[in-house]
Amino acid sequence: MTRIALTVNGRAVSADVEPRLLLADYLREHLELRGTHVGCEHGICGACTILVDGEPARSCLMLAVQADGRELLTVEGLSSGEELHPVQQAFRDRHGLQCGFCTPGFLLTTLYLAERGGELGSDAELRAALAGNLCRCTGYQNIVAAVRDAVARLAVGKG
Amino acid sequence: MKPPPLAYAAPERIDEALGLLGGEEARPLAGGQSLVPLLNMRFARPSLLVDLRRVAGLDAIEWANGHVRIGAMVRQRVLETDERIRERVPLLTEAVGYVAHLAIRTRGTVGGSLAHADPAAELPAAAAALGARFLVRGTAGTRTVEAPAFFLGPFTTAIGPGELLEAVEVPVPPPGTGFAFVETARVHGAFALAGVAALLGLGRDGRIAHARVALCGVGGAPYVPPLDVAGEAPGEALFRQAARRACEELEEHDGYRRQLAEVLTRRALALAVERAA
Repeated sequence: MTRIALTVNGRAVSADVEPRLLLADYLREHLELRGTHVGCEHGICGACTILVDGEPARSCLMLAVQADGRELLTVEGLSSGEELHPVQQAFRDRHGLQCGFCTPGFLLTTLYLAERGGELGSDAELRAALAGNLCRCTGYQNIVAAVRDAVARLAVGKG
Repeated sequence: MKPPPLAYAAPERIDEALGLLGGEEARPLAGGQSLVPLLNMRFARPSLLVDLRRVAGLDAIEWANGHVRIGAMVRQRVLETDERIRERVPLLTEAVGYVAHLAIRTRGTVGGSLAHADPAAELPAAAAALGARFLVRGTAGTRTVEAPAFFLGPFTTAIGPGELLEAVEVPVPPPGTGFAFVETARVHGAFALAGVAALLGLGRDGRIAHARVALCGVGGAPYVPPLDVAGEAPGEALFRQAARRACEELEEHDGYRRQLAEVLTRRALALAVERAA
């Protein structure tokens, strides 16, 4: 067992974990944060994407021990109470989800892009930035619209 | 899809890490973006993981006379967004942009990709085109390995048991050197079927002074074919002929991939000459 201490959604947590425990499983099974979805478990689908120190990362491609000392944000950390985060509201308003399985990964990727992504001028650039997240329902049109909307909402919030 | 049981250490000093790696079945863990999937699928079953994340001094980008030294633990996303790299070694910026996806590049490291030596990986080909030198650290000290001697075959490098890749030294091409990285993959972010890194410099007379290409996806290691274009005036016909000759040796590959390599080589040379000044 290895001791880890980290911050998850603003809350300090620590635990003794097996070194082989995946970060996704630590979040889901140990912290009971099951909004982080596990799809392929080898880095292809992007459903388990979370933010590690503000940057998107696959929680299925990280061991929990690698998250020691880091600050994580999962989908549970987005809304404040009943009030949706602007990124969530944009996905809701633009119908950027259907079954919802991939959505947590998209939301966190979108938050990063809106806050730090920079160059998203063309749809091609935006789609390239989202290419690490697979959606098997929507055909992506509404997701692209939702991401644009979210970027605009957060830009206004910043201004 | 869960890693097998394993022991874990996260040393703070490189000599400690080297000591641990001297043991049986120990493997270094950098960003884990290739190793963790291999663990998940149990293709890799090390008994000990030596996590390098706390080892000091492995994640710097340092400029010195004529080259840039990139620490093995520099994240791919850091390389991708480094303005000085973009300005002075733009081939690296362009190549690393093809590596997987954003959420992989934030964790994946330059040294991890080079040491993993996937035959389809972009950074080994870019390093080969740039004539990079690899600083391999062992308990007895650091030795320098030139690019052609570093990549030995699929997933095989000159890094010996108990050694670590410490950094890669990339010669900074003369200002005005044209560059290109092009590849074809089935979907965005997937491994390349074939990719080509190219560097090309023009003389004052507008003729080609030097040119080198390195291909990924078409062999066990980055393939640097002979390129007989120095002294010639650049042009479509020359590049067509050069690309054909460069890929002649790839007979063991199926027709499609060989043809793809040839087309990409031609495009890379044409793009590099466009960007050369």
